[in-house]
Amino acid sequence: MKILVAVKRVIDHNVRLRVRPDGSGVETAGVRMSMNPFCKNAMEEAARLKQAGTADEVVAVSIGPAKANDVLLTALAMGADRAILIETDAEVETLGVARLLKAVVEEEKPDLILMGKQAVDGDNNHTGQMLAGLLDWPQATFASAVAIEDGSVRVMREVDYGQSEHLLPLPAVVTADLRLNTPRNTALPAVMAARKKPLAVRPVAEFGVDIAPRLVVEKVEPPPPRPEGTALGSLDELVLTVRTLASGEALS
Amino acid sequence: MSVLVLADHDLAKLSDATARAVSAAGQLGGAVHVLVAGSGIADVAAEAAAIAGIAKVLVADSETLADAPVEALTALIETLIGDYTHVLGIAGAVGRDVLPRLAARRGIQPVTDITTILAPDRFVRPVYAGNAFETVQSAQDTQILSVRASSFAPAGEGGAAEIVSVSVPETAGLARFVAAHRTESDAPDLQTASIVVSGGVALGSRENFRMIEELAALLGAAVGATRAAVDAGYAPNDWQVGQTGKVVAPDLYIGIGISGALQHQAGMLGAKKIVAINTDAEAPLMKLADFAYLGDLFEAVPALIAALKG
Ligand SMILES: Cc1cc2nc3c(=O)[nH]c(=O)nc-3n(C[C@H](O)[C@H](O)[C@H](O)COP(=O)(O)OP(=O)(O)OC[C@H]3O[C@@H](n4cnc5c(N)ncnc54)[C@H](O)[C@@H]3O)c2cc1C
Ligand SMILES: Nc1ncnc2c1ncn2[C@@H]1O[C@H](COP(=O)(O)O)[C@@H](O)[C@H]1O
Repeated sequence: MKILVAVKRVIDHNVRLRVRPDGSGVETAGVRMSMNPFCKNAMEEAARLKQAGTADEVVAVSIGPAKANDVLLTALAMGADRAILIETDAEVETLGVARLLKAVVEEEKPDLILMGKQAVDGDNNHTGQMLAGLLDWPQATFASAVAIEDGSVRVMREVDYGQSEHLLPLPAVVTADLRLNTPRNTALPAVMAARKKPLAVRPVAEFGVDIAPRLVVEKVEPPPPRPEGTALGSLDELVLTVRTLASGEALS
Repeated sequence: MSVLVLADHDLAKLSDATARAVSAAGQLGGAVHVLVAGSGIADVAAEAAAIAGIAKVLVADSETLADAPVEALTALIETLIGDYTHVLGIAGAVGRDVLPRLAARRGIQPVTDITTILAPDRFVRPVYAGNAFETVQSAQDTQILSVRASSFAPAGEGGAAEIVSVSVPETAGLARFVAAHRTESDAPDLQTASIVVSGGVALGSRENFRMIEELAALLGAAVGATRAAVDAGYAPNDWQVGQTGKVVAPDLYIGIGISGALQHQAGMLGAKKIVAINTDAEAPLMKLADFAYLGDLFEAVPALIAALKG
């Protein structure tokens, strides 16, 4: 079985975000970047399937600037066999990403595509569903457990009412939630070995796919500030405050 | 202009979020139709028809739609979409599953998790876990949108929309639904509750977390949890509030033993009033709160429960 994993390079989730004062976007200069957390869960799952002998090849793909090869090196260190960087400096919307990934799928013909459920930059939660739709493949989003059973993948999904269980014939697209697994930390030997694995860099134009943006981002703003709080000095005050707020009365 | 709203329901009852999606749709202008898709859903359709401001309720009643299968739902909406300028869903598990798939098949870039509608083609949505808000303009002929239910007030009642049935395409899809594992709870719906009581990993056990549930019950509140509390097994996954959980905007949010990581704040920053209980005055949620109680939750929560019972 062959697995394709899509990984995105985003601002590290521990970074204190700064919105540019001119509203043109968030500050990315000099900011630490890393693999999107949900993509790490997807990559970890693929690595485990490979280690278990269920998968025989794992290919990682990323769409982004030349620097995005760092997240592909992480993917290779985690266990991918080879990697593809589709290089572009443009911001590609989710429709464009899905179209590019479809082109990769047509070349690579994977049996299973593992992706993150959302990228923590745009928080879109689109691309896996879009790719599955373009391919006419079944999809299982927000996966918290994945098991391969002859020709199918059984997936537990985290949904609004709890969990739902599905059986998808392969090929299929599965998007990872954080509870799917705990991604490994890559040790130095794995990182060194990753540098010897194949990493193909291909310009986006090679794919001849329409990735022109459909949306205009007019401005990006920080959230409105919240008013100063009040410290409650005693349990009595806490009880009174909760009672009053819960009854819908205003506290002076 | 005409808007197709995807109703959210559990086959028995319409969710509170649907009336909120209808009010969002009303802001787009034009006729609002609501699609109720499922199996044995005549009562749900009747509930939808009573929401004010709807011209028509479309009912797609078929056994193949019972478990909200994404492939069949997508195929169904594809047969209807030609009549509409906007398709609008709720940013919940079903809307998030279906809308992007539908959009890609139509060559449309969707705009999701909308918190403000500025115009039929201009929307505000949070990015970076709610640390920034972007205003986007979309010149596409058909818009595929999802809204955060908690950001819109519910539409009123007293409507009497026409109910029409629509045919369901044959394609059931390839995936097979195996089972639903539902969290049993009498608490109100988290996403639309007016009070939310949430507990963090500081509760220390599933048993102790029941204190949070008891306090919530006394207040008529929904129960929330942090990712750390869910990961530890103290609370079910559908109670998680945050960037990757549910987004709430209650009148009152009580956060107990919660540090208030940015990813948690992403799910509750819209609360009107926040009360925090924590032993660490420096915890981000204590700084954010309108009312911060510095102290041990194992004293504060029993005291609250006793007072509310008394
Ligand atoms: C991509 C990503 C997405 C995430 N999404 C979410 C999400 O959706 N929701 C979410 O919640 N988290 C999310 N997280 C995790 C988040 O970063 C935090 O780790 C998590 O919210 C912490 O949970 P907590 O507050 O329960 O635990 P902690 O951060 O450990 O905080 C526990 C708090 O309890 C206090 N405390 C301890 N003992 C007591 C006591 N006796 N009485 C009172 N207070 C006490 C402590 O002072 C501390 O402030 C996400 C993380 C990532 C990377
Ligand atoms: N530029 C990209 N390169 C590779 N994978 C991506 C890219 N953008 C999105 N993805 C994949 O799609 C998932 C969901 O992203 P999104 O739809 O942007 O929230 C991510 O977790 C990745 O697996």
